[in-house]
Amino acid sequence: MVVWTEFERSTIQDIFSKINYDVVGPAALSRCLIVYPWTQRYFGGFGNLYNAAAIMENPKVAAHGRVVLKGLELAQKNMDSIKATFADLSKLHSEKLLVDPDNFKLLTDCLAIVVAAELGEDFTAEVHAVFQKFLAVVVASLRKQYY
Amino acid sequence: MTSLSAKDKDRVRAFWAKVSGKEDEIGSDAFSRMLVVYPQTKTYFSHWKDLSPGSAQVQKHGKTIITAVADAVTKIDDLTAGLLSLSELHAYKLRVDPGNFKILAHNLLVVLSIKFPKDFTPEVHVAMDKFLAAVARALSEKYR
Repeated sequence: MVVWTEFERSTIQDIFSKINYDVVGPAALSRCLIVYPWTQRYFGGFGNLYNAAAIMENPKVAAHGRVVLKGLELAQKNMDSIKATFADLSKLHSEKLLVDPDNFKLLTDCLAIVVAAELGEDFTAEVHAVFQKFLAVVVASLRKQYY
Repeated sequence: MTSLSAKDKDRVRAFWAKVSGKEDEIGSDAFSRMLVVYPQTKTYFSHWKDLSPGSAQVQKHGKTIITAVADAVTKIDDLTAGLLSLSELHAYKLRVDPGNFKILAHNLLVVLSIKFPKDFTPEVHVAMDKFLAAVARALSEKYR
């Protein structure tokens, strides 16, 4: 069972209240597709991913970025049961989407960088550490149903 | 993995020119941040009294690291040769598990993202990520 301190809970709530979902979701996903181009293998139906500009302008990427962030918000709203909350999502990624779970870390690294840009100096080491813990729990939960 | 293209090198050099002047604070922030966010990295510094971000040793070591990274930018055309003595230091004396190079690189990128939200575009991000991975590879050269 993941134990969250009061500071950690309020920090995560704070981060999610401050970030613009329409900016962060699309930016993180497009950054992942640009910085780690092999992740594009999962988005064959998304059309033009030919270069960075195309990826950043691609409406399907942007829409899916928002979907991903909504998923993270679900974890934020269920911090004491992220594993259970994500059980179906984990099965989906493993059995249907067939995503290599090592890719989750690539996306969360990009998320940290994008949130850092959004929050600027407010993204202190302490805030960063809490966010990193949250993302690690999310990733572990998404990995849980892989066999 | 992949080697640096001419465009990657241009992007790294151009972006680093913008960083110039802020290197010390970036180095100190990235290093101290790493010790906080990835506490397992503290195991390499158990001989230091104070591992908090404000400590003089932590600040100084951050500067040492970023000075080496800045130097690596100037040696970007042959990192293996340019970082030879540093590689020997890390391999025979420090013996830092190379997985930690990635962790430090990530923290550097986070700090660069904070300090340069407009300039740290996805294109610059991928070039810098590749560069830091190449530096890590050069540092690991002598490990075995």
